[in-house]
Amino acid sequence: MRWIAGFGQFWYDFIVGDSIVLAIGGVAVLVVGYALARADYARLAEVVLPALVIATLAFSLRRK
Amino acid sequence: MVSGVLLVGSSFLASCVEMVEALTIVLAVGLTQNWRTALLGVVAALVALAVVVGLLGPSLVHYVPLDALRVFVGALLLVFGLQWLRKAIQRASGLKALHDEEKIFEREVAGLRAATPIAPHELDWSGFVVSFKGVFLEGLEVAFIVLTFGANSGGRFDLAISGALLAALLVGAIGVAVHRPLTAVPENGIKFVVGTALVSFGTFWGGEGIGVDWMLGDVTLLVLAAVYGGTAWLLTTLLQRRAAASPLSALGGGSR
Repeated sequence: MRWIAGFGQFWYDFIVGDSIVLAIGGVAVLVVGYALARADYARLAEVVLPALVIATLAFSLRRK
Repeated sequence: MVSGVLLVGSSFLASCVEMVEALTIVLAVGLTQNWRTALLGVVAALVALAVVVGLLGPSLVHYVPLDALRVFVGALLLVFGLQWLRKAIQRASGLKALHDEEKIFEREVAGLRAATPIAPHELDWSGFVVSFKGVFLEGLEVAFIVLTFGANSGGRFDLAISGALLAALLVGAIGVAVHRPLTAVPENGIKFVVGTALVSFGTFWGGEGIGVDWMLGDVTLLVLAAVYGGTAWLLTTLLQRRAAASPLSALGGGSR
């Protein structure tokens, strides 16, 4: 059981690291992009994707 | 062509950063315990990494649909790249201590010296584990980058692997020559560049996977890198000013 917890903790640290905002933000950016592409706004997604990436980075650096 | 050059360069720089960190740990074990222990740890870790890459590499290309792979890899690269960029910005703006290989080296040495002394040719298990973990964990990050880059560029693992091998040769040669932690490597500067490249590749491949047909083709990568690099520089400048105006201010984030 402890081995499984350690294994899970390793992957959490490896992927999520010290900012859950970036982990959620990175995935959310692609989800929004997918929604835009499916709704025939693929051209708009070319601008929205990078904009959301920048917003995620800036938000993760906010003052707490 | 553009993506090929960026791919080799990104793989090389990312590998350099991780290998400098691994080398610091191996040097600490070699200088305090013995070189047999340190090198056995390195060999065992490299074998374990080769197994991971050998198992995952071909299956990624042959069994996973390209678009699904691009979305998955794009998300991973975005998350990794954003983490690297965030850390580099925090360090460059003085809101987080710079990664100090000398300090890490001294801490590892102190820890290992506290352990029971061993004969020069005897294998020390605690030293072996430290050396193995250092190389395996840092190497795993390199392996992920190499695998994802290789799989997403139409199976061009050769380009991604050559970048990593170049870094291994360079860092290994310098390590053998100086026998000291590589403090002169501008690690934070490299983190900036690699973070920017990873986020650019993540956006580009992730976008292709979800159905975006980039108007400028491969050149989009250069545009994205310029936009993200400029933004990182701007954020660093803003945070430096904020830190200067309020020295006690602290941003969120741990010390990983």
